[in-house]
Amino acid sequence: MTTVSDQQTAASTRSQRAATTASTPRRSLLDRRGAAVVGGLLLPALLLLGWQLVTTTGLVLAYKLPTPASVWAAAVDLASNGDLYLYTAISTQRVLLGFAIGSALGLVVGAVVGLSRLGDVLLSTTLGAIRAVPSLAWVPLLILWLKIGEESKITLIAIGAFFPVYTTVSAALRHVDPHLVEAGRVYGLRGVSLLTGVQLPAVLPSVVSGLRLALAQSWLFLVAAELIASSMGLGFLLVDSGNNGRVDRMILAIVMLALMGKLTDALIGLLERRVLRRWT
Amino acid sequence: MSAATALPVTITGVRRAFPVPASRGGRADRASRSVRRGTTGGTVPAERIVLDQVDLTVEPGEIVAVIGPSGCGKSTLLRLLGGLDTPSAGTLRIGDQIVTGTDTRTAIGFQEPRLLPWRTVAQNVALGLPRGTPRSERATRVAELLELVGLTASADLRPRQISGGMAQRVSLARALARRPGVLLLDEPFGALDALTRLRMQEELLRVHAARPTTVLLVTHDVEEALYLADRVVALRTVSDGEHSPVSDVAPSVVRVLDVPGARPRDRADARLAELRVELLEGLGVVTHHVSGASEPYPAI
Repeated sequence: MTTVSDQQTAASTRSQRAATTASTPRRSLLDRRGAAVVGGLLLPALLLLGWQLVTTTGLVLAYKLPTPASVWAAAVDLASNGDLYLYTAISTQRVLLGFAIGSALGLVVGAVVGLSRLGDVLLSTTLGAIRAVPSLAWVPLLILWLKIGEESKITLIAIGAFFPVYTTVSAALRHVDPHLVEAGRVYGLRGVSLLTGVQLPAVLPSVVSGLRLALAQSWLFLVAAELIASSMGLGFLLVDSGNNGRVDRMILAIVMLALMGKLTDALIGLLERRVLRRWT
Repeated sequence: MSAATALPVTITGVRRAFPVPASRGGRADRASRSVRRGTTGGTVPAERIVLDQVDLTVEPGEIVAVIGPSGCGKSTLLRLLGGLDTPSAGTLRIGDQIVTGTDTRTAIGFQEPRLLPWRTVAQNVALGLPRGTPRSERATRVAELLELVGLTASADLRPRQISGGMAQRVSLARALARRPGVLLLDEPFGALDALTRLRMQEELLRVHAARPTTVLLVTHDVEEALYLADRVVALRTVSDGEHSPVSDVAPSVVRVLDVPGARPRDRADARLAELRVELLEGLGVVTHHVSGASEPYPAI
Protein backbone atom coordinates (compact mmCIF):
# COMPACT_ATOMS: atom_id res chain seq x y z
CA MET A 1 0.00 0.00 0.00
CA THR A 2 2.85 2.43 0.67
CA THR A 3 3.51 4.44 -2.43
CA VAL A 4 6.19 6.96 -3.15
CA SER A 5 3.75 9.78 -2.49
CA ASP A 6 2.79 8.16 0.82
CA GLN A 7 6.37 8.31 1.94
CA GLN A 8 6.74 11.86 0.76
CA THR A 9 3.67 13.00 2.62
CA ALA A 10 4.80 11.16 5.74
CA ALA A 11 8.20 12.82 5.50
CA SER A 12 6.70 16.25 5.06
CA THR A 13 4.38 15.63 8.03
CA ARG A 14 7.41 14.78 10.12
CA SER A 15 9.24 17.91 9.13
CA GLN A 16 6.11 19.94 9.74
CA ARG A 17 5.75 18.48 13.21
CA ALA A 18 9.41 19.11 13.93
CA ALA A 19 8.81 22.73 13.02
CA THR A 20 5.82 23.02 15.35
CA THR A 21 7.63 21.44 18.29
CA ALA A 22 10.58 23.75 17.74
CA SER A 23 8.30 26.75 17.92
CA THR A 24 6.62 25.61 21.15
CA PRO A 25 7.27 28.57 23.44
CA ARG A 26 8.23 27.36 26.92
CA ARG A 27 8.42 23.95 28.46
CA SER A 28 8.88 23.16 32.09
CA LEU A 29 12.29 22.00 33.29
CA LEU A 30 11.15 18.39 33.77
CA ASP A 31 10.10 18.08 30.11
CA ARG A 32 13.64 18.49 28.83
CA ARG A 33 15.36 15.31 27.89
CA GLY A 34 18.59 16.15 29.69
CA ALA A 35 16.69 16.90 32.88
CA ALA A 36 14.87 13.59 32.62
CA VAL A 37 18.13 11.67 32.31
CA VAL A 38 19.71 13.50 35.24
CA GLY A 39 16.56 13.01 37.31
CA GLY A 40 16.51 9.32 36.54
CA LEU A 41 20.12 8.96 37.67
CA LEU A 42 19.49 10.80 40.92
CA LEU A 43 18.17 7.81 42.85
CA PRO A 44 20.94 5.42 41.68
CA ALA A 45 23.50 8.01 42.75
CA LEU A 46 21.89 8.28 46.18
CA LEU A 47 21.81 4.49 46.49
CA LEU A 48 25.49 4.33 45.58
CA LEU A 49 26.27 6.95 48.19
CA GLY A 50 24.28 5.08 50.82
CA TRP A 51 26.01 1.85 49.85
CA GLN A 52 29.38 3.49 50.22
CA LEU A 53 28.41 4.93 53.62
CA VAL A 54 27.06 1.74 55.20
CA THR A 55 30.00 -0.35 54.00
CA THR A 56 32.85 2.03 54.92
CA THR A 57 31.38 2.81 58.34
CA GLY A 58 31.14 -0.93 59.06
CA LEU A 59 27.37 -0.76 59.57
CA VAL A 60 27.04 -3.75 57.20
CA LEU A 61 29.87 -6.28 57.24
CA ALA A 62 31.91 -6.70 54.08
CA TYR A 63 31.15 -10.40 53.64
CA LYS A 64 27.48 -9.52 53.30
CA LEU A 65 27.89 -6.38 51.26
CA PRO A 66 31.29 -5.47 49.82
CA THR A 67 32.16 -1.84 49.12
CA PRO A 68 31.40 -0.33 45.73
CA ALA A 69 35.14 -0.11 45.16
CA SER A 70 35.63 -3.87 45.56
CA VAL A 71 32.74 -4.58 43.16
CA TRP A 72 34.42 -2.24 40.70
CA ALA A 73 37.70 -4.09 41.28
CA ALA A 74 35.93 -7.39 40.59
CA ALA A 75 34.57 -5.91 37.35
CA VAL A 76 38.03 -4.77 36.29
CA ASP A 77 39.46 -8.15 37.21
CA LEU A 78 36.85 -10.08 35.20
CA ALA A 79 37.10 -7.65 32.32
CA SER A 80 40.86 -8.03 32.11
CA ASN A 81 40.67 -11.75 31.31
CA GLY A 82 37.71 -11.17 28.98
CA ASP A 83 35.19 -13.15 31.04
CA LEU A 84 32.94 -10.19 31.79
CA TYR A 85 32.65 -9.34 28.12
CA LEU A 86 32.12 -12.98 27.16
CA TYR A 87 29.43 -13.58 29.81
CA THR A 88 27.57 -10.41 28.93
CA ALA A 89 27.78 -11.13 25.22
CA ILE A 90 26.58 -14.73 25.48
CA SER A 91 23.69 -13.74 27.76
CA THR A 92 22.66 -10.92 25.42
CA GLN A 93 22.86 -13.26 22.45
CA ARG A 94 20.62 -15.80 24.19
CA VAL A 95 18.11 -13.12 25.12
CA LEU A 96 17.99 -11.61 21.65
CA LEU A 97 17.65 -14.96 19.87
CA GLY A 98 15.02 -16.27 22.27
CA PHE A 99 13.19 -12.96 22.17
CA ALA A 100 13.16 -12.87 18.36
CA ILE A 101 11.87 -16.42 18.04
CA GLY A 102 9.35 -16.18 20.86
CA SER A 103 7.91 -12.82 19.88
CA ALA A 104 7.62 -13.79 16.19
CA LEU A 105 5.68 -16.90 17.19
CA GLY A 106 3.64 -14.84 19.64
CA LEU A 107 2.71 -12.43 16.87
CA VAL A 108 1.57 -15.19 14.51
CA VAL A 109 -0.33 -17.23 17.10
CA GLY A 110 -1.77 -14.05 18.63
CA ALA A 111 -3.07 -13.04 15.19
CA VAL A 112 -4.66 -16.46 14.65
CA VAL A 113 -6.35 -16.46 18.06
CA GLY A 114 -7.36 -12.81 17.86
CA LEU A 115 -8.85 -12.94 14.38
CA SER A 116 -10.41 -16.36 14.07
CA ARG A 117 -13.12 -17.65 16.33
CA LEU A 118 -11.98 -21.21 15.57
CA GLY A 119 -8.39 -20.44 16.52
CA ASP A 120 -9.60 -18.86 19.73
CA VAL A 121 -11.73 -21.88 20.65
CA LEU A 122 -9.03 -24.40 19.78
CA LEU A 123 -5.93 -22.69 21.16
CA SER A 124 -6.65 -20.21 23.91
CA THR A 125 -7.42 -22.72 26.69
CA THR A 126 -4.27 -24.76 26.09
CA LEU A 127 -2.07 -21.71 25.76
CA GLY A 128 -3.55 -20.24 28.92
CA ALA A 129 -2.64 -23.42 30.78
CA ILE A 130 0.89 -23.48 29.38
CA ARG A 131 1.36 -19.86 30.35
CA ALA A 132 0.55 -20.76 33.94
CA VAL A 133 3.59 -23.06 34.18
CA PRO A 134 6.37 -21.26 36.09
CA SER A 135 9.58 -20.73 34.14
CA LEU A 136 11.76 -22.91 36.36
CA ALA A 137 9.43 -25.87 35.88
CA TRP A 138 10.48 -26.09 32.22
CA VAL A 139 14.19 -26.30 32.90
CA PRO A 140 14.60 -30.02 33.75
CA LEU A 141 12.37 -31.06 30.88
CA LEU A 142 14.12 -28.85 28.35
CA ILE A 143 17.50 -30.14 29.48
CA LEU A 144 16.27 -33.69 29.08
CA TRP A 145 14.92 -33.04 25.60
CA LEU A 146 17.39 -30.55 24.20
CA LYS A 147 20.53 -31.32 26.26
CA ILE A 148 22.57 -28.73 28.10
CA GLY A 149 23.28 -26.52 25.14
CA GLU A 150 22.20 -23.26 23.66
CA GLU A 151 18.97 -24.81 22.32
CA SER A 152 17.45 -25.51 25.71
CA LYS A 153 18.24 -22.01 26.98
CA ILE A 154 17.01 -20.23 23.88
CA THR A 155 13.84 -22.34 23.89
CA LEU A 156 13.15 -21.38 27.48
CA ILE A 157 13.66 -17.69 26.71
CA ALA A 158 11.45 -18.03 23.62
CA ILE A 159 8.69 -19.46 25.84
CA GLY A 160 9.14 -16.47 28.11
CA ALA A 161 8.98 -13.98 25.23
CA PHE A 162 6.07 -15.71 23.51
CA PHE A 163 3.35 -15.11 26.07
CA PRO A 164 3.40 -11.32 26.54
CA VAL A 165 3.29 -10.84 22.76
CA TYR A 166 0.66 -13.51 22.24
CA THR A 167 -1.58 -12.13 24.99
CA THR A 168 -1.42 -8.47 24.01
CA VAL A 169 -1.72 -9.11 20.27
CA SER A 170 -4.65 -11.51 20.50
CA ALA A 171 -6.53 -9.28 22.94
CA ALA A 172 -5.86 -6.15 20.88
CA LEU A 173 -6.93 -7.75 17.60
CA ARG A 174 -10.16 -8.89 19.19
CA HIS A 175 -10.95 -5.29 20.10
CA VAL A 176 -10.04 -3.48 16.89
CA ASP A 177 -12.76 -0.88 16.30
CA PRO A 178 -15.35 -2.79 14.22
CA HIS A 179 -16.26 0.49 12.54
CA LEU A 180 -12.78 0.78 11.06
CA VAL A 181 -12.77 -2.84 9.95
CA GLU A 182 -16.12 -2.30 8.27
CA ALA A 183 -14.84 0.85 6.58
CA GLY A 184 -11.88 -1.20 5.32
CA ARG A 185 -14.24 -3.83 3.93
CA VAL A 186 -16.39 -1.20 2.24
CA TYR A 187 -13.30 0.07 0.46
CA GLY A 188 -12.38 -3.36 -0.85
CA LEU A 189 -9.93 -4.68 1.73
CA ARG A 190 -10.26 -8.34 2.62
CA GLY A 191 -8.17 -11.12 4.10
CA VAL A 192 -4.49 -10.28 4.09
CA SER A 193 -4.99 -6.73 2.82
CA LEU A 194 -7.50 -6.08 5.60
CA LEU A 195 -5.00 -7.48 8.12
CA THR A 196 -2.09 -5.38 6.89
CA GLY A 197 -4.19 -2.34 5.97
CA VAL A 198 -6.39 -1.97 9.03
CA GLN A 199 -6.07 -4.58 11.73
CA LEU A 200 -2.29 -4.69 12.24
CA PRO A 201 -1.78 -0.92 12.09
CA ALA A 202 -4.65 -0.54 14.55
CA VAL A 203 -2.94 -2.79 17.09
CA LEU A 204 0.60 -1.57 16.47
CA PRO A 205 0.89 0.32 19.78
CA SER A 206 -0.23 -2.84 21.63
CA VAL A 207 2.24 -4.95 19.66
CA VAL A 208 5.10 -2.69 20.68
CA SER A 209 4.13 -2.67 24.33
CA GLY A 210 3.81 -6.47 24.14
CA LEU A 211 7.33 -6.62 22.70
CA ARG A 212 8.59 -4.48 25.53
CA LEU A 213 7.07 -6.78 28.13
CA ALA A 214 8.43 -9.80 26.25
CA LEU A 215 11.94 -8.41 26.34
CA ALA A 216 11.78 -7.90 30.09
CA GLN A 217 10.45 -11.42 30.48
CA SER A 218 13.28 -12.73 28.27
CA TRP A 219 15.84 -11.47 30.80
CA LEU A 220 13.89 -13.13 33.61
CA PHE A 221 13.87 -16.43 31.79
CA LEU A 222 17.54 -16.07 30.88
CA VAL A 223 18.51 -16.15 34.53
CA ALA A 224 16.24 -19.15 35.08
CA ALA A 225 18.01 -20.92 32.22
CA GLU A 226 21.51 -20.01 33.30
CA LEU A 227 21.05 -20.62 36.99
CA ILE A 228 20.75 -24.33 36.57
CA ALA A 229 22.83 -25.58 33.72
CA SER A 230 25.43 -23.34 32.14
CA SER A 231 29.12 -22.63 32.07
CA MET A 232 28.90 -19.06 30.79
CA GLY A 233 26.67 -16.05 31.08
CA LEU A 234 25.55 -13.58 33.74
CA GLY A 235 23.25 -16.11 35.39
CA PHE A 236 26.18 -18.52 35.62
CA LEU A 237 28.34 -15.76 37.09
CA LEU A 238 25.67 -15.19 39.69
CA VAL A 239 25.32 -18.79 40.79
CA ASP A 240 29.03 -19.62 40.48
CA SER A 241 30.01 -16.62 42.60
CA GLY A 242 27.37 -17.61 45.14
CA ASN A 243 28.91 -21.04 45.44
CA ASN A 244 32.39 -19.55 45.85
CA GLY A 245 31.34 -16.85 48.29
CA ARG A 246 32.29 -14.04 45.91
CA VAL A 247 29.65 -11.53 46.96
CA ASP A 248 31.39 -8.78 44.95
CA ARG A 249 30.92 -10.77 41.74
CA MET A 250 27.32 -11.60 42.63
CA ILE A 251 26.56 -7.91 42.97
CA LEU A 252 28.45 -7.27 39.76
CA ALA A 253 26.29 -9.85 37.96
CA ILE A 254 23.12 -8.22 39.30
CA VAL A 255 24.29 -4.77 38.26
CA MET A 256 25.16 -6.09 34.79
CA LEU A 257 21.72 -7.69 34.43
CA ALA A 258 20.10 -4.42 35.47
CA LEU A 259 22.22 -2.42 33.04
CA MET A 260 21.70 -4.75 30.07
CA GLY A 261 17.99 -5.06 30.78
CA LYS A 262 17.61 -1.31 30.98
CA LEU A 263 19.70 -0.76 27.87
CA THR A 264 17.69 -3.16 25.69
CA ASP A 265 14.47 -1.77 27.13
CA ALA A 266 15.59 1.75 26.24
CA LEU A 267 16.25 0.62 22.66
CA ILE A 268 12.76 -0.82 22.33
CA GLY A 269 11.43 2.34 23.99
CA LEU A 270 12.96 4.32 21.13
CA LEU A 271 11.18 2.04 18.66
CA GLU A 272 7.95 2.55 20.57
CA ARG A 273 8.29 6.32 20.40
CA ARG A 274 8.88 6.20 16.66
CA VAL A 275 5.90 3.93 16.09
CA LEU A 276 3.55 5.99 18.25
CA ARG A 277 4.63 9.20 16.58
CA ARG A 278 3.76 7.73 13.21
CA TRP A 279 0.51 6.36 14.58
CA THR A 280 -0.94 9.45 16.23
CA MET B 1 -12.02 14.15 -14.73
CA SER B 2 -14.78 12.10 -16.27
CA ALA B 3 -18.07 12.02 -14.46
CA ALA B 4 -19.07 8.79 -12.80
CA THR B 5 -21.90 6.97 -14.49
CA ALA B 6 -24.82 7.20 -12.13
CA LEU B 7 -26.62 3.89 -11.69
CA PRO B 8 -30.27 3.19 -10.94
CA VAL B 9 -31.28 1.33 -7.78
CA THR B 10 -34.15 -1.14 -7.73
CA ILE B 11 -35.39 -2.61 -4.48
CA THR B 12 -38.11 -5.26 -4.68
CA GLY B 13 -39.90 -6.92 -1.81
CA VAL B 14 -37.03 -6.55 0.60
CA ARG B 15 -37.45 -7.84 4.11
CA ARG B 16 -34.86 -7.98 6.86
CA ALA B 17 -35.52 -9.77 10.11
CA PHE B 18 -33.05 -10.47 12.88
CA PRO B 19 -33.36 -13.49 15.13
CA VAL B 20 -34.04 -12.43 18.69
CA PRO B 21 -30.91 -13.28 20.67
CA ALA B 22 -31.59 -16.20 22.99
CA SER B 23 -29.22 -15.17 25.76
CA ARG B 24 -30.67 -11.70 26.22
CA GLY B 25 -32.68 -10.91 29.30
CA GLY B 26 -33.65 -13.04 32.23
CA ARG B 27 -36.22 -15.69 32.92
CA ALA B 28 -39.18 -13.40 32.24
CA ASP B 29 -37.98 -12.80 28.69
CA ARG B 30 -37.58 -16.49 28.04
CA ALA B 31 -41.08 -17.13 29.37
CA SER B 32 -42.63 -14.54 27.08
CA ARG B 33 -40.76 -15.97 24.11
CA SER B 34 -42.00 -19.47 24.76
CA VAL B 35 -45.55 -18.16 25.05
CA ARG B 36 -45.10 -16.42 21.73
CA ARG B 37 -43.75 -19.58 20.19
CA GLY B 38 -46.96 -21.26 21.24
CA THR B 39 -49.02 -18.72 19.31
CA THR B 40 -46.96 -19.01 16.14
CA GLY B 41 -47.03 -22.76 15.97
CA GLY B 42 -44.24 -23.91 18.25
CA THR B 43 -41.26 -24.19 15.93
CA VAL B 44 -40.86 -20.69 14.47
CA PRO B 45 -38.05 -18.89 16.31
CA ALA B 46 -38.80 -15.38 17.49
CA GLU B 47 -37.48 -12.66 15.21
CA ARG B 48 -37.46 -8.91 15.07
CA ILE B 49 -38.55 -7.53 11.73
CA VAL B 50 -36.72 -4.36 10.82
CA LEU B 51 -37.73 -3.89 7.21
CA ASP B 52 -40.61 -5.44 5.33
CA GLN B 53 -42.02 -5.28 1.82
CA VAL B 54 -39.75 -2.48 0.70
CA ASP B 55 -40.21 -1.57 -2.96
CA LEU B 56 -38.34 1.42 -4.25
CA THR B 57 -36.82 2.53 -7.52
CA VAL B 58 -34.23 5.29 -7.67
CA GLU B 59 -33.38 6.89 -11.00
CA PRO B 60 -29.76 7.40 -12.02
CA GLY B 61 -28.47 10.69 -10.67
CA GLU B 62 -31.41 11.16 -8.34
CA ILE B 63 -31.02 12.18 -4.71
CA VAL B 64 -33.39 10.26 -2.47
CA ALA B 65 -33.60 10.95 1.24
CA VAL B 66 -34.80 8.25 3.61
CA ILE B 67 -36.38 9.46 6.84
CA GLY B 68 -38.15 7.76 9.69
CA PRO B 69 -38.11 7.31 13.44
CA SER B 70 -35.05 5.69 14.96
CA GLY B 71 -35.11 1.92 14.71
CA CYS B 72 -37.22 1.96 11.56
CA GLY B 73 -34.50 0.30 9.49
CA LYS B 74 -33.11 3.32 7.58
CA SER B 75 -29.52 2.35 8.21
CA THR B 76 -30.29 -1.31 7.62
CA LEU B 77 -31.64 -0.43 4.17
CA LEU B 78 -28.42 1.40 3.39
CA ARG B 79 -26.27 -1.45 4.70
CA LEU B 80 -28.20 -3.87 2.51
CA LEU B 81 -27.52 -1.70 -0.53
CA GLY B 82 -23.86 -1.41 0.41
CA GLY B 83 -23.58 -5.19 0.66
CA LEU B 84 -22.70 -5.10 4.37
CA ASP B 85 -25.83 -7.07 5.19
CA THR B 86 -28.04 -9.54 3.30
CA PRO B 87 -31.83 -9.35 3.05
CA SER B 88 -34.02 -12.09 4.52
CA ALA B 89 -36.20 -11.87 1.42
CA GLY B 90 -36.38 -9.84 -1.78
CA THR B 91 -33.64 -8.41 -3.99
CA LEU B 92 -31.69 -5.22 -4.29
CA ARG B 93 -30.29 -4.27 -7.67
CA ILE B 94 -27.72 -1.68 -8.56
CA GLY B 95 -27.77 -1.15 -12.28
CA ASP B 96 -28.94 -4.57 -13.41
CA GLN B 97 -26.84 -6.59 -10.98
CA ILE B 98 -28.12 -7.97 -7.71
CA VAL B 99 -26.15 -6.78 -4.67
CA THR B 100 -24.34 -9.75 -3.13
CA GLY B 101 -21.55 -8.10 -1.16
CA THR B 102 -19.53 -4.92 -0.98
CA ASP B 103 -18.68 -3.88 -4.50
CA THR B 104 -16.84 -1.19 -6.35
CA ARG B 105 -19.92 0.54 -7.74
CA THR B 106 -21.15 1.74 -4.38
CA ALA B 107 -19.50 3.84 -1.73
CA ILE B 108 -20.72 4.39 1.80
CA GLY B 109 -20.32 7.50 3.89
CA PHE B 110 -20.94 6.67 7.51
CA GLN B 111 -22.31 8.82 10.29
CA GLU B 112 -18.83 8.79 11.86
CA PRO B 113 -15.96 9.68 9.54
CA ARG B 114 -14.25 6.33 10.28
CA LEU B 115 -10.86 7.56 9.12
CA LEU B 116 -7.81 5.40 9.79
CA PRO B 117 -5.98 7.37 12.50
CA TRP B 118 -2.49 6.32 11.43
CA ARG B 119 -2.92 7.59 7.89
CA THR B 120 -2.81 11.19 6.75
CA VAL B 121 -5.85 12.86 5.24
CA ALA B 122 -4.49 12.24 1.74
CA GLN B 123 -3.75 8.58 2.49
CA ASN B 124 -7.25 8.14 3.87
CA VAL B 125 -8.75 9.53 0.68
CA ALA B 126 -6.47 7.23 -1.32
CA LEU B 127 -8.06 4.26 0.46
CA GLY B 128 -11.23 4.95 -1.52
CA LEU B 129 -9.51 4.75 -4.91
CA PRO B 130 -10.46 1.60 -6.80
CA ARG B 131 -7.90 -1.18 -6.67
CA GLY B 132 -5.64 -1.12 -9.67
CA THR B 133 -5.62 2.64 -10.07
CA PRO B 134 -2.24 3.35 -11.66
CA ARG B 135 0.30 4.68 -9.19
CA SER B 136 0.90 7.79 -11.26
CA GLU B 137 -2.79 8.58 -11.26
CA ARG B 138 -3.36 8.07 -7.53
CA ALA B 139 -1.69 11.26 -6.35
CA THR B 140 -3.48 13.46 -8.87
CA ARG B 141 -6.88 11.88 -8.14
CA VAL B 142 -6.38 12.41 -4.41
CA ALA B 143 -5.30 16.01 -4.98
CA GLU B 144 -8.38 16.68 -7.13
CA LEU B 145 -10.71 15.20 -4.52
CA LEU B 146 -9.11 17.14 -1.70
CA GLU B 147 -9.56 20.29 -3.72
CA LEU B 148 -13.19 19.37 -4.36
CA VAL B 149 -13.88 19.23 -0.63
CA GLY B 150 -11.58 22.16 0.11
CA LEU B 151 -8.96 20.32 2.11
CA THR B 152 -5.85 20.71 -0.02
CA ALA B 153 -4.03 22.49 2.79
CA SER B 154 -4.76 19.67 5.25
CA ALA B 155 -3.54 16.80 3.05
CA ASP B 156 -0.67 15.86 5.33
CA LEU B 157 -2.48 16.17 8.64
CA ARG B 158 -3.72 13.16 10.56
CA PRO B 159 -7.40 12.65 11.46
CA ARG B 160 -6.68 13.59 15.07
CA GLN B 161 -5.46 17.00 13.99
CA ILE B 162 -8.57 18.08 12.08
CA SER B 163 -12.07 19.10 13.14
CA GLY B 164 -15.18 16.94 12.93
CA GLY B 165 -16.49 18.80 9.89
CA MET B 166 -13.17 18.41 8.09
CA ALA B 167 -13.06 14.71 8.96
CA GLN B 168 -16.54 14.28 7.53
CA ARG B 169 -15.42 15.98 4.31
CA VAL B 170 -12.44 13.63 4.13
CA SER B 171 -14.88 10.77 4.52
CA LEU B 172 -16.97 12.19 1.67
CA ALA B 173 -13.88 12.58 -0.52
CA ARG B 174 -12.89 8.99 0.23
CA ALA B 175 -16.36 7.81 -0.82
CA LEU B 176 -16.18 9.88 -4.01
CA ALA B 177 -12.73 8.49 -4.80
CA ARG B 178 -14.40 5.28 -5.92
CA ARG B 179 -16.35 7.21 -8.57
CA PRO B 180 -19.38 5.40 -7.23
CA GLY B 181 -22.42 4.75 -9.36
CA VAL B 182 -24.41 4.98 -6.15
CA LEU B 183 -23.38 7.00 -3.13
CA LEU B 184 -24.88 5.79 0.12
CA LEU B 185 -24.81 8.29 2.97
CA ASP B 186 -25.85 7.22 6.44
CA GLU B 187 -26.66 10.34 8.44
CA PRO B 188 -23.40 11.82 7.20
CA PHE B 189 -23.91 15.18 8.90
CA GLY B 190 -25.73 13.93 11.99
CA ALA B 191 -22.82 14.38 14.35
CA LEU B 192 -21.95 17.88 13.21
CA ASP B 193 -22.96 21.18 14.73
CA ALA B 194 -25.84 23.03 13.06
CA LEU B 195 -23.78 25.54 11.08
CA THR B 196 -21.26 23.00 9.85
CA ARG B 197 -24.15 20.79 8.83
CA LEU B 198 -25.63 23.53 6.62
CA ARG B 199 -22.23 24.09 5.00
CA MET B 200 -21.81 20.38 4.41
CA GLN B 201 -25.22 20.23 2.74
CA GLU B 202 -24.09 22.91 0.30
CA GLU B 203 -20.88 20.97 -0.17
CA LEU B 204 -22.79 17.81 -1.05
CA LEU B 205 -24.97 19.65 -3.57
CA ARG B 206 -21.92 21.24 -5.15
CA VAL B 207 -20.18 17.88 -5.45
CA HIS B 208 -23.35 16.30 -6.83
CA ALA B 209 -23.71 19.06 -9.41
CA ALA B 210 -20.07 18.68 -10.44
CA ARG B 211 -20.27 14.92 -10.63
CA PRO B 212 -23.84 13.62 -10.76
CA THR B 213 -24.21 10.29 -9.05
CA THR B 214 -27.19 8.51 -7.56
CA VAL B 215 -27.41 9.41 -3.88
CA LEU B 216 -29.32 7.64 -1.14
CA LEU B 217 -29.22 9.75 1.97
CA VAL B 218 -30.42 8.48 5.31
CA THR B 219 -31.22 11.31 7.68
CA HIS B 220 -33.31 12.07 10.72
CA ASP B 221 -33.40 15.72 9.77
CA VAL B 222 -36.61 16.37 7.82
CA GLU B 223 -35.45 19.82 6.78
CA GLU B 224 -32.22 18.39 5.40
CA ALA B 225 -34.17 15.76 3.48
CA LEU B 226 -36.43 18.37 1.88
CA TYR B 227 -33.56 20.71 1.08
CA LEU B 228 -31.33 18.11 -0.57
CA ALA B 229 -33.52 15.45 -2.10
CA ASP B 230 -35.59 14.99 -5.24
CA ARG B 231 -37.77 12.58 -3.34
CA VAL B 232 -38.23 11.78 0.33
CA VAL B 233 -39.04 8.26 1.41
CA ALA B 234 -40.62 7.90 4.84
CA LEU B 235 -40.19 4.62 6.67
CA ARG B 236 -41.93 3.44 9.79
CA THR B 237 -41.13 0.97 12.51
CA VAL B 238 -42.68 -2.33 11.50
CA SER B 239 -42.11 -4.22 14.71
CA ASP B 240 -41.70 -2.48 18.01
CA GLY B 241 -39.70 -5.18 19.75
CA GLU B 242 -42.84 -7.05 20.74
CA HIS B 243 -42.13 -9.56 17.93
CA SER B 244 -45.54 -9.20 16.34
CA PRO B 245 -46.45 -12.13 14.11
CA VAL B 246 -45.34 -11.91 10.51
CA SER B 247 -48.85 -11.65 9.09
CA ASP B 248 -49.50 -8.40 11.00
CA VAL B 249 -46.54 -6.54 9.56
CA ALA B 250 -47.30 -3.70 7.18
CA PRO B 251 -44.87 -2.38 4.53
CA SER B 252 -41.97 -0.32 5.81
CA VAL B 253 -42.42 2.49 3.31
CA VAL B 254 -45.25 4.75 4.42
CA ARG B 255 -44.84 7.49 1.93
CA VAL B 256 -42.81 8.62 -1.07
CA LEU B 257 -42.90 12.36 -1.51
CA ASP B 258 -41.80 14.31 -4.58
CA VAL B 259 -40.13 17.47 -3.37
CA PRO B 260 -41.32 20.45 -5.42
CA GLY B 261 -38.91 22.85 -7.08
CA ALA B 262 -35.36 22.48 -8.34
CA ARG B 263 -32.10 22.69 -6.45
CA PRO B 264 -30.67 24.86 -5.05
CA ARG B 265 -33.80 25.39 -3.04
CA ASP B 266 -34.80 28.38 -1.01
CA ARG B 267 -34.36 27.40 2.62
CA ALA B 268 -37.23 29.74 3.51
CA ASP B 269 -39.58 28.27 0.87
CA ALA B 270 -43.14 28.21 2.33
CA ARG B 271 -44.05 25.00 0.48
CA LEU B 272 -41.08 23.24 2.05
CA ALA B 273 -42.03 24.53 5.48
CA GLU B 274 -45.54 23.15 4.96
CA LEU B 275 -44.16 19.78 3.85
CA ARG B 276 -41.77 19.76 6.78
CA VAL B 277 -44.61 20.12 9.25
CA GLU B 278 -46.53 17.44 7.41
CA LEU B 279 -43.63 14.99 7.49
CA LEU B 280 -42.82 15.73 11.10
CA GLU B 281 -46.40 15.08 12.12
CA GLY B 282 -46.22 11.85 10.19
CA LEU B 283 -43.26 10.95 12.38
CA GLY B 284 -45.38 11.63 15.43
CA VAL B 285 -43.89 15.00 16.35
CA VAL B 286 -46.19 17.66 17.85
CA THR B 287 -45.57 20.73 15.67
CA HIS B 288 -48.16 23.20 17.08
CA HIS B 289 -48.89 24.08 13.48
CA VAL B 290 -52.24 25.87 13.21
CA SER B 291 -53.16 26.43 9.57
CA GLY B 292 -54.47 24.01 6.96
CA ALA B 293 -53.72 20.37 6.48
CA SER B 294 -52.47 19.11 9.80
CA GLU B 295 -53.81 15.64 9.14
CA PRO B 296 -51.20 12.91 9.43
CA TYR B 297 -50.27 11.75 5.96
CA PRO B 298 -52.26 8.82 4.61
CA ALA B 299 -50.64 5.44 4.26
CA ILE B 300 -50.05 4.36 0.67
